[in-house]
Amino acid sequence: MPLVRNGAIAEDRFVRILDDMPVPDGLAAIVPAARLLADAGELARRNGALGVLWPNDRNVSELTPHLDRLALVALVFPNFRDGRAYSQARIVRERYRFRGELRATGQVLRDQFLCMLRAGFDAFEVSKDADAQAFAAVVSRYSVHYQPAGDSTPSMSMARLSRARPAAVLAEMPRQD
Amino acid sequence: MYIYDDFDLTLVAERVAEFRDQVARRLSGELNEEEFKPLRLMNGVYLQLHAYMLRVAIPYGTLSSKQLRALAHIGRRYDRNYGHFTTRQNIQFNWIKLSDLPDVMADLAEAGLHGMQTSGNCVRNVTTDQWAGVAPDEIEDPRVWAEILRQHSTLHPEFSYLPRKFKIALTAAATDRAAVRVHDIGLRLHKNGTGETGFEVMVGGGLGRTPFIGKTIKPFLPKRDFLSYIEAILRVYNQYGRRDNIYKARIKILVHELGAEKFAAEVEAEWRNIKDGALALDPAFVADIAARFRYPDYKALSDNPIELKRARAADPKFEGWFRNSVTPHRTPGYAIVTLSLKPEGAPPGDATSEQMDAIADLADRYSFGEIRVGHEQNLALPHVAQRNLPALWEALDAVGVATPNVNLVSDIIACPGLDYCSLANARAIPVAQELSRRFKSLDTQREIGRLHINISGCINACGHHHIGHIGILGVEKNGQEFYQITLGGRADENAELGALLGPAVPYAEVAEAIEDVVAAYVELRERPNELFVDTVKRVGIEPFKERVYATR
Repeated sequence: MPLVRNGAIAEDRFVRILDDMPVPDGLAAIVPAARLLADAGELARRNGALGVLWPNDRNVSELTPHLDRLALVALVFPNFRDGRAYSQARIVRERYRFRGELRATGQVLRDQFLCMLRAGFDAFEVSKDADAQAFAAVVSRYSVHYQPAGDSTPSMSMARLSRARPAAVLAEMPRQD
Repeated sequence: MYIYDDFDLTLVAERVAEFRDQVARRLSGELNEEEFKPLRLMNGVYLQLHAYMLRVAIPYGTLSSKQLRALAHIGRRYDRNYGHFTTRQNIQFNWIKLSDLPDVMADLAEAGLHGMQTSGNCVRNVTTDQWAGVAPDEIEDPRVWAEILRQHSTLHPEFSYLPRKFKIALTAAATDRAAVRVHDIGLRLHKNGTGETGFEVMVGGGLGRTPFIGKTIKPFLPKRDFLSYIEAILRVYNQYGRRDNIYKARIKILVHELGAEKFAAEVEAEWRNIKDGALALDPAFVADIAARFRYPDYKALSDNPIELKRARAADPKFEGWFRNSVTPHRTPGYAIVTLSLKPEGAPPGDATSEQMDAIADLADRYSFGEIRVGHEQNLALPHVAQRNLPALWEALDAVGVATPNVNLVSDIIACPGLDYCSLANARAIPVAQELSRRFKSLDTQREIGRLHINISGCINACGHHHIGHIGILGVEKNGQEFYQITLGGRADENAELGALLGPAVPYAEVAEAIEDVVAAYVELRERPNELFVDTVKRVGIEPFKERVYATR
């Protein structure tokens, strides 16, 4: 499964640790949420970057005591129609100010890239090769967004206010006798 | 009118390009139907019984004449020469080819129209009073707030994959014409004790198979907090709404299961985190949106001009239409005119391309180029000089949209039902057509008075049968179409769900059963102007039940 990170296909330096498997020292590793919560002290003492795979039905507020030690938070889209991780991503980025890698996992398809990016994800375990290849083109489809969100692009509402009144494009109301 | 600027038009154009690519990938097989489905739904494209159906958004029911002509063009060029106005102020085309859809979208985009927010599990087209901005009883124009919400929720990165669809309605008038209490979020603009205008926020209303009246979770929300509070509601719903069962996924179930107080507390906690952030509304931003709503350059006219008086005295047909279809306007000398899309024997809410073109021309001539769509599936011309009413009436009558049955028994709201819809269990349109024939006498209709009949062809309740004064719900029993009848529902500020009359009746008997209900009402009412719903409230269901089932 190709990984797109910061807009380009990249090598995945993290290994995925399942349940109770030992976590090798010196490697970047992603552990399950339960493991992080149970073995936090031990995991903090090892060498190597640490990431967590956080399910979409667990409150992300439980992550807060650990965030400053985490290099990566992976959130899950069990299928692309289940949008809970969008809210989790925004809370982790905007409220908890997490600056590490925020990775989208699960069913990650091209037509959701832009929503994910705007919610604050910067890494994507993409389900299809062709979608990963198309990443840059897909996320540049829209040059304008109405609302402010987790990314840094200016919202239309703010942009509108910062310039002179636009000329109306559609006709004004007709006059009448 | 809201005037779109280059931002709005750029976004719509980019949407068309994206959709063109998605359709191409579907046609080439790169996308399977399961992957394509949510994408087409987010552009208003459904797969119905016989063909793809396209639903086009008409934000808060306001259309320009140019936009109405664009809709007429779509009907003529890509469909079967008509469109169907829906109960959510949108329009549907029932016979569109998938391969034509990108071109349809491109044609619509030229008039600033699109299918965004008409389907899918996102925030749907925000609806409001069809008389917004011209109604004498409103405290301000609610479309400014509907537009702020439309912009905020369009392609929202966090809320495009909610547990289920999400409908928001707004009203700013004493009389609620937007049915705000039966929406996922209902918003009522009002003034608090200190004279400040803000919102009462209701949540968890809805129809469908589990109908609820919305609960007020915030009696007064300051305008500044409008977006942040709604964002908080959506965020709580997105995380905790049920996703295990499609029938339990609407916010009303979450509110019901948690209890309104607990739900409100969750929202409050989330809101405290975001209320002073990027969504706190800057008055300059609100003023900018408001400034892009253009109002006509009304002339100084007085009420009841001589042209109107003369026509009313001279022609009883005109007088009948005037009394039925013309409503007071906030500006002296002007009126709001409702155009009935419910002629005898026709499917409710349909308009042909010729009718749409003619109405667009009449809007240019008599209504400053503006048309409104109401949730009752009728149209309105919102700014007509009273002195022009006689000429307008003749022109409307000539195109078949001057049937004076607005709010009367033949002004029926019906979903497409089994004639089009893949979810339906029973037909709805033919029931409406049969009722409109049985009650065709205008004298009889006037005698009966205000009476709303709503028909749904299945439990999903798109015809809003729960809130019809008389509700008719199609069900299937052993392969036969049967209809449950409810009485006493209403959607206004005293919103209530109808009560079940008794066992369902077969298709062949439903019109007669409704005639019995109406006959019973005429006998039971205390005085001629006691409304049907008030009689039901006073005497209860029993006398109606006896009448309908005595002979069955």
